[in-house]
Amino acid sequence: MSRILLLLFVGASITLEAQHSYTPADIAEGGRLFRVNCVLCHGPEGDQIPGIDLGHGKFRQTYSEEALIKIIENGIPGTAMPPHNLQDFQAGTIVGYLRTVATAGRTVSGNGNAARGKAVFEGKGGCTGCHRVGATGSRTGPDLSDVGSQRRAVEIEESVLDPDAEILPQNRSYRVITKSGDTITGRLLNIDSFTVQLLDSKERLLSFPKTSLREAAFIDKSPMPSYRDKLSSQELADLIAYLVSLKGI
Amino acid sequence: MNRAFVLLMAAAASLPAQVASNPVTFERMLNAAKEPQNWLNYSGGYMSQRHSPLVQITPQNVKNLEQQWVFQARSLEKFEATPLVVDGIMYTVQAPNDVVALDPVSGRVFWTYSYSPSPLSRPCCGRVNRGVAIAGDTLFMGTIDAHLVAVDAKSGRPLWDTAVAKPEVGYAITHAPLVIKDKVIVGVAGGEYGIRGFISAYDVKTGKEAWRFNTIPGPGEAGHETWKGDSWKTGGASVWVTGSYDADLNLTYWGIGNAGPDYNGDVREGDNLYSSSVVALDADTGKIKWHYQFSPHDEFDYDAVQVPVLADIIWKGVPRRVMLWANRNGFFYVLDRATGQFLLGKPFVEVNWANGFDEKGRPMRVAGKVPTAEGTLIFPGNQGGTNWYSPSFSPHTGLFYIPTWANYSSLYIKADAEYEEGRRFMGTSPRSLIGGANGGASKVNTRKENEGYGAVRAIDPATGERKWEFKMNDVTDAGILTTASDVLFSGGREGYFYALDARTGELLWRANVGGAVAAGPMSYAINGRQYVAISAGNSLFVYALKE
Repeated sequence: MSRILLLLFVGASITLEAQHSYTPADIAEGGRLFRVNCVLCHGPEGDQIPGIDLGHGKFRQTYSEEALIKIIENGIPGTAMPPHNLQDFQAGTIVGYLRTVATAGRTVSGNGNAARGKAVFEGKGGCTGCHRVGATGSRTGPDLSDVGSQRRAVEIEESVLDPDAEILPQNRSYRVITKSGDTITGRLLNIDSFTVQLLDSKERLLSFPKTSLREAAFIDKSPMPSYRDKLSSQELADLIAYLVSLKGI
Repeated sequence: MNRAFVLLMAAAASLPAQVASNPVTFERMLNAAKEPQNWLNYSGGYMSQRHSPLVQITPQNVKNLEQQWVFQARSLEKFEATPLVVDGIMYTVQAPNDVVALDPVSGRVFWTYSYSPSPLSRPCCGRVNRGVAIAGDTLFMGTIDAHLVAVDAKSGRPLWDTAVAKPEVGYAITHAPLVIKDKVIVGVAGGEYGIRGFISAYDVKTGKEAWRFNTIPGPGEAGHETWKGDSWKTGGASVWVTGSYDADLNLTYWGIGNAGPDYNGDVREGDNLYSSSVVALDADTGKIKWHYQFSPHDEFDYDAVQVPVLADIIWKGVPRRVMLWANRNGFFYVLDRATGQFLLGKPFVEVNWANGFDEKGRPMRVAGKVPTAEGTLIFPGNQGGTNWYSPSFSPHTGLFYIPTWANYSSLYIKADAEYEEGRRFMGTSPRSLIGGANGGASKVNTRKENEGYGAVRAIDPATGERKWEFKMNDVTDAGILTTASDVLFSGGREGYFYALDARTGELLWRANVGGAVAAGPMSYAINGRQYVAISAGNSLFVYALKE
């Protein structure tokens, strides 16, 4: 954790003071709810609105945790902050998640260059072999066209360095072996008691009745390699700067 | 079994469970009939005949249809979309603007792309969408806030988003776009808001505007003189149903909506071109080649917003490339689609506002049949003899099939209309003299028989004569599909989806889908099995023969 971040977090404790304790699972749920409900306006780092930095306890005025929960639920009349249909505990997990934001530090320098990072993404990194940005690259891995508007830099960095650490449900790999002996792997798009839908390694949308399959299972490990030892720290910083810059259309 | 189907079966046998996927090229679109297992655009091909070459389902076995699956939309809006099926994947739109990719065998969802329309959007008549178009691996959707969005067909990710017009002024896009070559073409709805309509084309790769055709000519353009004063600026002439395309002529045909204000033409003296017309545009440039106006100086909301159905028929003993058109104004037309020449106009329902045509095809008005302060009873009524519901032409039977509102009238009342941006600009609203057979589904047991009725009417295009009629109790917003095996599928507000013998109109099969059918049926095949799909109520239903 950098010293600056640490200082910021000390400052943040004034307003994001822990009044409740949340389990890691609660905080993970808070992160999910934050991405669903808050990221569009506040950005993944929570600092997209001038004068407000949710992850570092910077608001237009000081709020207690209870007050923040009520703001999440009821919005702020007369402003762009809308109400959200969340229960107290759910809103609380968002606050709990925000409390962790400042503590999660990066190991790679934040001084990357997005243009150089694009070159790494499309060149040395070989990222387009699996990932797509706009109309370029493969669809077999997660589409990263707007990853910078969805995920924090620290989360992107973790995915690049340790791809198995967190795989979002919609990005899980799946393998089926048909009764005729074909093995097909891909990204799981949908699954139910009777059928499976994949985007396979040849970028085909495929649907299988389970009765046509001999085997079907998740692939636990991400097909993505770690880039910890594959890129220099500057290249990593550049790559992350590029990914953070991807905000979609 | 005919040859097309044998070929289809042979192709299917050599494939695994899924179908090979190839980009949808212009060449493929031109030859859509050669891949009857697919349904590549809104009307099933550039000719817009809504006719399937598939023949597995026949008049003899259609009684064995059974439901395969249902997709329930997460929307309470009318489900007006016709799905596409492309190489084993189905694409439809959940209202207002979510594109959904489905497995057409199981109905399970591959992905959903959710577009959030601006809260400023104000489509007149429902937050609806009628479907997507495809080019390459990219889908295109118009939105109720008048954007055109490109979406990757495999991943459901947005590729570009072009603002076509301002929703706060009343513009919207509700129809499925039409792709021709490297351009995707849309028109704008909003004829009840005093918009100035247009049709515009966008580069499929970038979303950059390539051309724009104003459906109301501006100063210096031919036809501008048909608008009094500044009325052209707020004259409507919207577009909300997909056009057609003749590749040999390189012309794209679009039906244009009513002039505004709808029911008070005093402020817009003149014919009001190109309202209530069909226009033929050069597909590369958008330049107008010809037009035909069905309802000059329309004051009855007689949008010419019907699908232009192109057919190659024998006309007076000679093969002729024509356009078949059952218009909201109650007349059935045959036009030469190369020149726009008027060949035939004949009522297909009760009509009292005109009693024939002059030699150029201009309708001859009946004196006194205009909206008044007291109200004038006009046949057909405000929703028309037909409306946007897709008709079908079967090259196999040679008949043209019309979703019809028969014996239907409205009392047209005229009032002052003042334009205010973003507000309705109509000049009052017609009403039924008898009951309420206007927009929206009827409540149970509130209609009277003399309000009119819904029907499928089969017309011989060579004469305009009716060959048969299938009557319904309630009216209909359902399109019609015919197949090369002479089965006709349609439905209506009563919530039945049914099959008729396309030669006789005999009812062969029906299913209660539990909600009004306000969409056109389509057909596709996967691994040699033919399916029929229909949106109804809030859901999409799919049928196939029992195995």
